[in-house]
Amino acid sequence: MRQLHQFPGGIHPEEHKAESSARPIHAPFIPNKLVIPLRQHIGHSAKPIVKVGDKVLKGQMIGQADGYVSAAVHASSSGVVTEIGFHPVAHPSGLSDLCITIETNGQDQWTDLQPVDWQNMDPAAVRGYVRDLGIAGLGGAVFPSSIKLDPKSQPVHTLILNGGECEPWITCDDRLMRERALEVLQGARIMQHLLNAQTVVAGIEDNKSEAIAAMQAAADQLGFAVEIVAIPAIYPGGGGKQITQTLTGLETPSGKLSTDVGVQVFNVGTAYSLARALMHGVPLISRIVTVTGHVLGAQNYETLIGTPMGELVTHAGDREGTSGLIMGGPMMGFDVKPEAPAVKATNCVLAKSAELFPPRPRELPCIRCTQCAIACPASLQPQDLYWFARAKNFGKAQEYNLFDCIECGCCSYVCPSHIPLVDYYRFAKSEIWAREKEKQAADIARERHEFRLFRQEREKKEKAERLAAKAQTKKAEAPTLGSDEQDAKKKMIEEALARAQAKKAAVAPKNTDNLTPEQQAEIAEIESRRAKIREMAKKTIEPEKHL
Amino acid sequence: MTASTHTLPSNTSVTRVMTLVLACLLPGVLVYAWQFGWGIVINLVWASLIALGIEALALKLRSYPVKPFLLDGSAVVTAWLLALSIPPLAPWWLTLVGMIFALGVAKHLYGGLGQNIFNPAMIGFAVLIISFPVQMTQWSAPLALAGHAPGFAESLSLIFTGALPEGVKLDAVISATPLDTVRTGLMQQHTLDEIHSASQIFGQIGGVGSEWITAAYLAGGIALWALRIVPWQVPVAFLAGIWLTAGFLHWFDIGRYAAPWFQIAMPSSMLGAFFIATDPVSGCTTPKGRLIFGLGAGFLTVIIRAFGGYPDGVAFSILLMNLCVPLIDAWTQPRVFGVAKKK
Repeated sequence: MRQLHQFPGGIHPEEHKAESSARPIHAPFIPNKLVIPLRQHIGHSAKPIVKVGDKVLKGQMIGQADGYVSAAVHASSSGVVTEIGFHPVAHPSGLSDLCITIETNGQDQWTDLQPVDWQNMDPAAVRGYVRDLGIAGLGGAVFPSSIKLDPKSQPVHTLILNGGECEPWITCDDRLMRERALEVLQGARIMQHLLNAQTVVAGIEDNKSEAIAAMQAAADQLGFAVEIVAIPAIYPGGGGKQITQTLTGLETPSGKLSTDVGVQVFNVGTAYSLARALMHGVPLISRIVTVTGHVLGAQNYETLIGTPMGELVTHAGDREGTSGLIMGGPMMGFDVKPEAPAVKATNCVLAKSAELFPPRPRELPCIRCTQCAIACPASLQPQDLYWFARAKNFGKAQEYNLFDCIECGCCSYVCPSHIPLVDYYRFAKSEIWAREKEKQAADIARERHEFRLFRQEREKKEKAERLAAKAQTKKAEAPTLGSDEQDAKKKMIEEALARAQAKKAAVAPKNTDNLTPEQQAEIAEIESRRAKIREMAKKTIEPEKHL
Repeated sequence: MTASTHTLPSNTSVTRVMTLVLACLLPGVLVYAWQFGWGIVINLVWASLIALGIEALALKLRSYPVKPFLLDGSAVVTAWLLALSIPPLAPWWLTLVGMIFALGVAKHLYGGLGQNIFNPAMIGFAVLIISFPVQMTQWSAPLALAGHAPGFAESLSLIFTGALPEGVKLDAVISATPLDTVRTGLMQQHTLDEIHSASQIFGQIGGVGSEWITAAYLAGGIALWALRIVPWQVPVAFLAGIWLTAGFLHWFDIGRYAAPWFQIAMPSSMLGAFFIATDPVSGCTTPKGRLIFGLGAGFLTVIIRAFGGYPDGVAFSILLMNLCVPLIDAWTQPRVFGVAKKK
């Protein structure tokens, strides 16, 4: 029996899982129009390789992975490309992004599918297939799996299959494990092979006993040495760092990933998609989406990527009084428009109503009760960070490890003063990033200017010297410039350059250096949210009288 | 304002927290009334009414919405804590002055709910004991010892008009507290044993009647901890601070320094431990910081009782520790997940 460890903090809000977990996964339906974003993963957008008017088949690649941190996208049904352009997508800021629109023909004609002989192939080549079949993390972060399956310098000793699914309302992983455990474990076996991991552990929250039983039965059937472990149902126990701690006792260092302690974490849905991709050649063109909340019949849907989320809700049964849609769970999800398409990251579409999601009660001042500190899974002092963010004391906020906040929302949930704490931290983070960017830009400009002055000075001097030398040679058979003098000049230039470089290195700020692609994506995302948050912050952070 | 984080139905609020604090004080209040008569009940109601009045006025003057802040319950908690700290038959104006300083000055002049660096009730108490030492030492006699037990109407008129019931002298209704009795006795060069045998005010461990109030506060305090409203660190450290300091002094000179259990059995010790030192706004926020805060306040309480010029030390010790809160918090930051301990 594996010894379990406890991560700090956490909460247990009402689960609301029963609404959607009882019914089997609904087979996919084909919408008239599929809107497929070219960027559904963290990293570079895929490059479109079809033109308007092209006929496409189901499973055909329509966007090619562009660069290392990227993944391909595919047509999820057969039809004709009618548009390549910007559409509202699932994004916290409601941004538009480049999408390929396909008018479906209802025939759902497949392209040729080629299984991949992953067992007898060079792992690097397998990873190429993983990328071209569009596999990305389905737990929500959508990091391209080809990169996570590359152990690189850091050997991976433990592979964790994440079946935590800790957010309320969401049951897509639960249903997947109940119905398709065999393929999930087949995917895990491929992962183990590529990562060369000694141990494979599946962590499943103990509120999913059917899923645990199904996974255990599948493991026995496959004869696959995987530990199926029930973990306590505590939000955010399904977070990468949290499940790593729970199952291995290893604490992921601040600013690092679990791979730094030799653990790689994959969502069970990713394992399933990987198995489908390599064993049958099926690219990632559908995923399971929980459609729940204020709907008539909450259920999990096998969903074609590109299906408008509003259509999913309509399929599950629209109800009067729906006040909006959330993509993801209530803790970390965000509002989306009904026309935004379901993407690889869409684990849940949650229809809101005033009853299920009441308006936030009036925000009162912080009374420093530290319920937030008790609930914080990062052991932060949210009440202090709130104070610093409000006062725009960003230096202090960083000193108190603002950037270790995972924005899980536990603090906001337990706050008796109903302060939307996470919003304050997002505001502070985006302000810090913006300032560092500005500073970087200013530094570069200053260095350029300094170098220009230096160059002008040098040229002037050189010219004068040249003239002087010329004059001297004219006068008599005077010796040419001594090599000593030339060396000294060269040295001076070199020294000045070194100084400039040292200066540059010295002023480089911390948080915008050495970013992982994940962080870069996060910055980009937050950047786009800034305007909105700023406006909001203006209202809340300034005078208290508006309370 | 639209927040980007979603709101799940919440069962917590400041009002709930404050209401639970009041509920957990209730056993203490009931025992108090049972042992000492109607005075405390009248005084609590009077203080609460003043609190609501001052709070509403202050909110209005500061152009805050009155209703949500009035309903948060914090002003009533302050009122109860002050009323429980001063003599139950204290004249009406004494409570009024105390509340003006507690809420008007210590709370609202510092920025209102969540902004005060000092515990408002203790500021009110400090002002009263410095300005009106005579009134502040005229405590009700326990009914078991009182020459006359004032009824409801008599208590009411005593508080609001100062008129004693016919034929009753002041000495029949008031008496010194056990701590005060010890203090006075020691000043007259008596030993603790002599003081104890000369007065009837002493009970099994603490004072007659008042030791039951202490027990009720303890019960309410434990409930408050069980409800996760107060952390265990502050009360445990506060009581440990009292016990250790008093124990050391008592061991040092058994004839001059009161026993540790006697000190803990004073109602002010238990009220301070669970209901005053635990005030989140003016207290420490880190677990280690709370231990230091509690220990320091307990230590200072005994020191002030033993060597200071006032009969009790709970208020001053907590105010002194309130001053140290930012420093203690900065020094005792817990380790953040994934971050190596700072040297």
